[in-house]
Amino acid sequence: MAQTHTAEEVRKHVRVYLMVFGALAVLTVVTVAVGYLHLPIVPALVVGLLIASVKAGLVAAYFMHLVSERKVIYGVLIMTGLFLLAMFILFISAYADQDGGLIVS
Amino acid sequence: MDIPYTITPRADTGVYNAKLGVWLFLASEVMLFGGLFSAYIFLRIGAPEWPGMIHGESFARASDILNVPLATLNTMILIGSSVTMVLAWASLLLNRFDRYRLYMGLTFLAGLAFLVVKAFEYGSKFEHGYLPAESNFLAIYFTLTGLHGLHVIGGMVVNGYLLGPGAKMWKTKPAQFINRVEVAGLYWHFVDLVWIFLFPTIYLL
Repeated sequence: MAQTHTAEEVRKHVRVYLMVFGALAVLTVVTVAVGYLHLPIVPALVVGLLIASVKAGLVAAYFMHLVSERKVIYGVLIMTGLFLLAMFILFISAYADQDGGLIVS
Repeated sequence: MDIPYTITPRADTGVYNAKLGVWLFLASEVMLFGGLFSAYIFLRIGAPEWPGMIHGESFARASDILNVPLATLNTMILIGSSVTMVLAWASLLLNRFDRYRLYMGLTFLAGLAFLVVKAFEYGSKFEHGYLPAESNFLAIYFTLTGLHGLHVIGGMVVNGYLLGPGAKMWKTKPAQFINRVEVAGLYWHFVDLVWIFLFPTIYLL
């Protein structure tokens, strides 16, 4: 977010924060309601993580000001995403290769 | 020597130093929780049933053993505390220190409320003898929620400082104080964000 803020801008932001809070509260209720539907694991996982991602996106975008942040912060986040992906790929590779046949034949 | 760029942005990064520092710290936190989430996923997909057998009793769903209403309440508490945290920062921008104290106080109390609810949850698990060593499910449940709880405590220490002794800076260096509250907020929102993923994966799936 910019370094200088006029009072009017800040008040506008506050309205956005309150709307985001409303959206997060509604999505939490939806998450719990979907949980009680007892869907099979795959659709439950997809729906659950989808709603969680939307909520996390709202928190990151508005509360953490990522909608209007500097390039260097986006750079840090892109690198974090890549390293996280690399770690997941390592775990998945290890899981897929439990008998050791894939890499050492 | 004063730490440089606590108020004005550095020309090359475009942000004040503390903000970049906190984001780098949060990047390392993503890797920490990412690793534990991976552990959860692999314990789960490797298990014939989840949560499975605990004390000779078979559980088909996490919600049969965990308290979903209490966790939902805690989710609302944390989301609410994120809003009060950002309102505390906005109050300082509006030069309303009285409002800042109110919202920061509420944020601190919300953190405390979260921990009290968590303590009740843990207490009822311990009463039934549901300890981390009993099953993979309980082990990863206590590891993930325990580590998250430690993060809540850490955030409360920082927020408590900014509410109490640290608030003196508002009189001497208000711009730097506003930035301190902003970066403390970034951390607090991250703790909220972790819970947003923990809640459905552990309690509902």
